[in-house]
Amino acid sequence: MPSPRARRARAPHPRAPLLGLALLAVGARPAAAAPVELKLWHAYRGQEEAALEAAVDAWDEAHPDVVVLTLSIPPDALKTKFEAAAPRGNGPDLVISAHERVGAWADASLIAPWPSDGAGLHPAALEALRRDGALYGLPLATKSLALFVNTALVPVAPRSTDEIAALVGTLPPGVFPLAYQATDAYFHAPWMHGFGGGVQDGDQMRLDRPENAAALGFARGLLEAGLLPEEPTGALVTQLFNEGLAATVINGPWFLGEIDPKVNFVVAPLPVISAVGKPAAPYLTVEGLILSAHAAQPALAAALGAHLTSPAEAVRRAVQGRQTVATLAAYDDPAVAQDAVLQAFRTQMDAAVPMPNGVEMGATWEPSARALRRVMRGAESPEAALVLAQKELEFFNKPPPPAADPTPWLVLLGLGLVAALIVGLRAARRDRALLVAGAGAYAWVAPAFLSMGLLVLAPFVVGAGVSLFAHHNGAWTFVGLRNFIDILLSRDWPITSSFSFYATLVVTILWTASNVLLHVGIGVALAMLLREPWLKLRGFYRVLLIVPWAVPNYITALIWKGMFHRQFGAINGLLVALGLEPVSWFSRFSTAFAANLVTNTWMGFPFMMVVTLGALQAIPRDLEQAAEVDGASAWQRFRHVILPLLQPALLPAVVLGSVWTFNMFNIIYLVSGGEPDGGTEILISEAYRWAFSRGNRYGYASAYAVLIFGVLLLYSRATDRLLARQQVG
Amino acid sequence: MSSPSAQAPSPLRVAAAHALLVVACAVVLYPVLWVLKMALTPSQAFSMDPSPFPTTVSLQNFRDVLGTVDAYGEALFWRQLANSVIVALVTSALGVGLSCTAAYAMSRMRFFGREASMQAFLITQMFPGVVMLIPLYILLDTLGLLDSLLGLALVYSTTSIPFCTWNLKGYFDTIPRELEEAALMDGADRWTTFTTIVLPLARPALAVTALFSFMTAWNEFILAATLMSDERAYTLPVVLQKYVGDFSTEWGRFAAGAVLVSIPVMALFFLLQKQLVDGLTAGGVKG
Repeated sequence: MPSPRARRARAPHPRAPLLGLALLAVGARPAAAAPVELKLWHAYRGQEEAALEAAVDAWDEAHPDVVVLTLSIPPDALKTKFEAAAPRGNGPDLVISAHERVGAWADASLIAPWPSDGAGLHPAALEALRRDGALYGLPLATKSLALFVNTALVPVAPRSTDEIAALVGTLPPGVFPLAYQATDAYFHAPWMHGFGGGVQDGDQMRLDRPENAAALGFARGLLEAGLLPEEPTGALVTQLFNEGLAATVINGPWFLGEIDPKVNFVVAPLPVISAVGKPAAPYLTVEGLILSAHAAQPALAAALGAHLTSPAEAVRRAVQGRQTVATLAAYDDPAVAQDAVLQAFRTQMDAAVPMPNGVEMGATWEPSARALRRVMRGAESPEAALVLAQKELEFFNKPPPPAADPTPWLVLLGLGLVAALIVGLRAARRDRALLVAGAGAYAWVAPAFLSMGLLVLAPFVVGAGVSLFAHHNGAWTFVGLRNFIDILLSRDWPITSSFSFYATLVVTILWTASNVLLHVGIGVALAMLLREPWLKLRGFYRVLLIVPWAVPNYITALIWKGMFHRQFGAINGLLVALGLEPVSWFSRFSTAFAANLVTNTWMGFPFMMVVTLGALQAIPRDLEQAAEVDGASAWQRFRHVILPLLQPALLPAVVLGSVWTFNMFNIIYLVSGGEPDGGTEILISEAYRWAFSRGNRYGYASAYAVLIFGVLLLYSRATDRLLARQQVG
Repeated sequence: MSSPSAQAPSPLRVAAAHALLVVACAVVLYPVLWVLKMALTPSQAFSMDPSPFPTTVSLQNFRDVLGTVDAYGEALFWRQLANSVIVALVTSALGVGLSCTAAYAMSRMRFFGREASMQAFLITQMFPGVVMLIPLYILLDTLGLLDSLLGLALVYSTTSIPFCTWNLKGYFDTIPRELEEAALMDGADRWTTFTTIVLPLARPALAVTALFSFMTAWNEFILAATLMSDERAYTLPVVLQKYVGDFSTEWGRFAAGAVLVSIPVMALFFLLQKQLVDGLTAGGVKG
């Protein structure tokens, strides 16, 4: 079915094709009579995206002189993309984003206050989009947790936690009364708010409130009473509910798409916590339509906002997009009024707590989650866990140090450059003959050097320069080498803490060394097998064994994480089948590390295997045969004949492989996620956390990146010696 | 372990070798089968069931992924597939093109800074990408290469140059110099010898290097999503990433997309497996 927008004139592409490479410049559409463009970025997909498009189409019909250009961006990329594009004038006029970014964007002056007051929209949703009294955007829809009840197991939705606890005796064996992601701070928040706690105390960010400790104790109690499954990941919760093994589940509207059509369920507001008599109150996340500070058409954007939040369009988004819209009048529409699911989420909206929208809020997640996991594991009391969490939070949100005077640093930089120039010139003078004789070679290396200098070196130097600054709430302060000093002297943490650079460095080295050892060991062993001429099906095995190399590592990391699940993972299933005890993989350093290691080895050995196979081809067989005649055993032949000949081919591969492994972010982030307690983080994943989840400390993160670079540089100097010696010897 | 002997090994050894390889293949294939199962199961939930075989089979996820349309009602998947192929091919061409002359110079010529530049190439592999994204965006904007597949391919090829150069240099080192020297004696210049003698001999290494560059471009999404501002200019991994949401992931469609994205790479691996073994040196000197 052609969309009405197909009839619209298409916007010309903003960039002209470069150097006549018209093929490469996409979207060079025929330009029409240049209507006004309004750009809207969002991260919706599926029915939500379709509903938004339909709403925009309706606006377009009524405004023939305006073209709304919508762009759907993966949620992971939306934030970075907006932050990169908006200040350069390439950004959209409007962006639909979760409201938690409003604080950071408003502080950095990337977004502008909304020109109207949002009458007729839910007050809690409007509250979420306010920063320093100003309203930044219109709430389109909200998301919050609610209770999903399997009506085949529990005909009437439980209204209190006592009613859920009372299900224990009535349910068939193996069915959990309740399942939710109990070790995730977002899913724990309803209890915290129900007990009267929160992450703020007045204006202060405070995690160590007695109410929060009570909520942690309560959650631990649920687990101890056998009401919850262990290690409840999102995937597990879904699976239990779909198989009728969880009577109730706490989850959000996105869960609707994951429920098996065979399961009969109702959605109800979260239960009252019987111990305190107050309802559990989840966080409210608001999808705001936010105005860019660089919008070319603010008045038109505001008009589009009024259209999208109008009751008629809200009804469309509620019915077609299944959104819990923030427009109150929409719930009086018959189609919405009869929809029990939408009404349940609407009711929950009244009892939800708008998530604070500042950067300091973003920094609470990691300390809260760590405390939660320690308590749920039974490793620590709620009070002790929260004291540590508060300490971590205060450090993450620490105000920047006083600005340093850049003059001495500039002088130092100048002197450094002069010194480097002198050293370079002297080396050039010493090797003058080589310089002249090799002059012709520079034309050969120039293309690679120039392109790398421009597109790799230059961005790195700029990025590394950031390490001399501190970033706090949108403001940059020049601090000189302060970040490096703090990190290297481990000023804020004991050297053994998982936040300390050195502790992480040790883990990273251990990680790299054990990986490379396994990659090479397995790779060489398989290659030795695969080269045997008598082996049938060699080609077949070889193709199968390089498959892991071809699969995107993002997806294999997630698959392996599922396989390591404590109760339901395939690996523990295998262990139990062999008569062994199941292992809780992510609760101890050694096993969490092993889980990461197994995953990365699975991905990494094919490279080494192929390198070895190639190198083995070049080794003449008669050498080995001679050794065999001399009575050397298979191992001796390998150790003294083959290995020395493999070395020249393997060593550079090992250097390259170790550099890749050193910075292997995806596996750590997706498999163990740093558990337990950040113990399995490596340097690159720490840098990422400092930049994105610990108060946006970009300067500190950049200093980490520079230090990673320094460590690898030292390593490559050392291996360089080794390589040089090998070439001589 | 290894038997260089010409005579047939004992049946026990043959059986042991096969047993070991079958186990290795099972370990390798199990997670892959699981992805396939999720792609074929008509559900968006992540499967926790240890069995790697689907209970209900449906192609709905594939239809969903293939059937995406843009706001103008035009099929997006094929367009995005074409983008991916163009970007990956241009990346391979640029990656190999930019690095082959450098690798040759490093293999054959003595010049000031040769060792240092080999090191410098390795060093660039050590730059953590986290710090480079925003500066790269600003740079491409300044150069007018934002929103262009060429710009994207340029960025990808520069990230793959170090490996390409290392690998090609390692292979060039194994090609006997006598051939070139004879040609040079006959009055051919360096460029002619390089293009007519060395490059044809280095075909396996060129194939592997190109494959490697191809994969760099084929699987990347963060840069692509940041640098491209038109849904019709997206590459496939960006589209795939859309199924991974802030709150939940549509696993079925994501897995179906992952399968579709992986098939061409697997096919290339299959076609190039001979070259892969011959041409992958990673800077090493063989034999």
